[in-house]
Amino acid sequence: MKKLSIFEVAWKSLLRKKTRSLLTIMGIAMAAWVLVSLFGFNRGYERSLNKDIDNLGFQMLVVAKGCPYEAATLMLKGGTGLKYMAEGIAKSVAAEPEVEGVTPMLMQVVFDPNKGESGGLAAFLGVDPLTFPKMKSALPFKAGGWFREPEAVEAVFGYEVAELEQREVGDLYLIPEKNVEVKVVGILERTGTQDDGTIFLPLKTVQKIFGVEQLTSIGIKVKKEADLKAFEDKMYKLPDVQVVSLTQVKTTIMTLVSTARVMVFSIALIAILIAMMGVVNTVLMSVMERRQEIGILKSMGAMAGDIFKLVWLETILLCLAGGLIGTGLALVTARLTDILVRRLLPYSPSGGLVAIDPGLVLMALGVVTAIGLASGIYPSWKAARMRPLDTIRSEVES
Amino acid sequence: MSAVPVAAIEAEHLRRIYRRGTEEIAAVDDISLRIDRGSFTSVVGPSGSGKTTLINVLGCLDNPSSGTLRLGGRDVFADCKGLSEAKLTVIRREAFGYIFQKFFLVPTLTVIENVILPFTFYRKPGAEQDVERLLKALGLDRRADHLPGQLSGGEMQRVAIARALVNRPDILLADEPTGNLDTARSDEIGWILQELNTKEGLTVILVTHNLRLAALAQRTIELRDGKVAAA
Repeated sequence: MKKLSIFEVAWKSLLRKKTRSLLTIMGIAMAAWVLVSLFGFNRGYERSLNKDIDNLGFQMLVVAKGCPYEAATLMLKGGTGLKYMAEGIAKSVAAEPEVEGVTPMLMQVVFDPNKGESGGLAAFLGVDPLTFPKMKSALPFKAGGWFREPEAVEAVFGYEVAELEQREVGDLYLIPEKNVEVKVVGILERTGTQDDGTIFLPLKTVQKIFGVEQLTSIGIKVKKEADLKAFEDKMYKLPDVQVVSLTQVKTTIMTLVSTARVMVFSIALIAILIAMMGVVNTVLMSVMERRQEIGILKSMGAMAGDIFKLVWLETILLCLAGGLIGTGLALVTARLTDILVRRLLPYSPSGGLVAIDPGLVLMALGVVTAIGLASGIYPSWKAARMRPLDTIRSEVES
Repeated sequence: MSAVPVAAIEAEHLRRIYRRGTEEIAAVDDISLRIDRGSFTSVVGPSGSGKTTLINVLGCLDNPSSGTLRLGGRDVFADCKGLSEAKLTVIRREAFGYIFQKFFLVPTLTVIENVILPFTFYRKPGAEQDVERLLKALGLDRRADHLPGQLSGGEMQRVAIARALVNRPDILLADEPTGNLDTARSDEIGWILQELNTKEGLTVILVTHNLRLAALAQRTIELRDGKVAAA
């Protein structure tokens, strides 16, 4: 004996006006798409940023007072403004009990007339082959590896520099202005950070080539159990240096991300409200068109609760179908969103920018189900209150 | 066991008054009647005579303004006390099956699905056993998987009859069931109702303008201005 569940009745009712149901489903799908993509982006961006900052390998950077500490800033300033500090500072910092390790660095910038159409700046970072690779162990190599000797005339190219200079492992590279050739021993993978545009050389080699005995910065890795804030305060007391805490940077960026999250949430909320209005409108229209049918269902024994359940189920089915399609769209277009966002943002971390995990999918489906439950209440209540006589009478009055 | 025991209707001094502004219109005006169990009664009269209003009150689709109504000897409306929609629904699903001029079939459900649709909400114990027999008796067994749009008017009304009977009601109320059909199809529906009455012992109350159809009934009640003119 064939059985007809209320679920089947609801589903087949939706099939009656296929185009209208489909448009409503697509409205919900768009809202779900926006919801999943935006929250996925928020999550992915935060995760990748965290990873990037953690991959820096050190939580703190000590630079000479007034010295720009990032290659990007140096580029903007045309490679000028470098300030130096004595190598001895690195030793005294390393002696602090909170410090797990330090890595001294020397940044140098020269004008390369062959770079681009009208020349450009080339950034060289002298690093200690013993401590730097250990601290930056997350840096991925496309080919080759780190130089091993402290005074080796060898270089590791960031991804973009290697592309621009068309160099491969084993090739030679002439440092502009200095007339010194270095051998390329490693090429890094793209990291999305300033490392992509940097040429790494052993610290001693840079000091020798550029004739500078000092340092521009010291990377500090603090012990896990150490009080980072207290250590930061201690470092601030060192004369003639400034401390850049990556925890601070991270906090600042995260504050910006949180602000963005509020904006994202507002956009998602607006999308949800619009979708809800669409659902209420569709279901209410459907209920009004089916007044007589609802009357007949009540005349044949359907209680008000049955009718409420039927209409509510139709609404939830619409929303769930939209939610599934929207989530699917968000999953399929995640890579596209990633590419678009990277083009729009001035800075984006190296990892995936859109992170859609099962938790987010479940959250999105939960939200659309809640939309269904909320938007279905009024039409369901209206349908449940209909009296069979009122709905059928106009057809049978004599 | 059915909550409403026997299919028989007794109405005393039934009145149904509608108000239009300050004007009161008695659509059913002091009607007393008895419908015997297993009888076939037709209700005739000109438009506006109160046929539909009477059948609505007798079929518990509407509350009377005053009077009493007993189904199987049990008071349904007494002392003008109106019943809630929920209580009316419980009475309706136990006692009545309805067919109307329009068929009100769900276009996206097949014939069989339309027929068993009442089971989605309420099922009398053992009622499902009758479905196949019912489809066969109404000549719908070969159309079971068709959609209403693929049926003729007569077939659609037969589906509506099957749907009205699927929960084994005590009384079948038919309000102008042939209003949308041609003469041949009208006769066919009339004979089906007659057969259900004579073979199955079903109590049938038929409201119609069609005197040929009304003549199939054992008894005809003629209404005029909300009153029984002849019975």
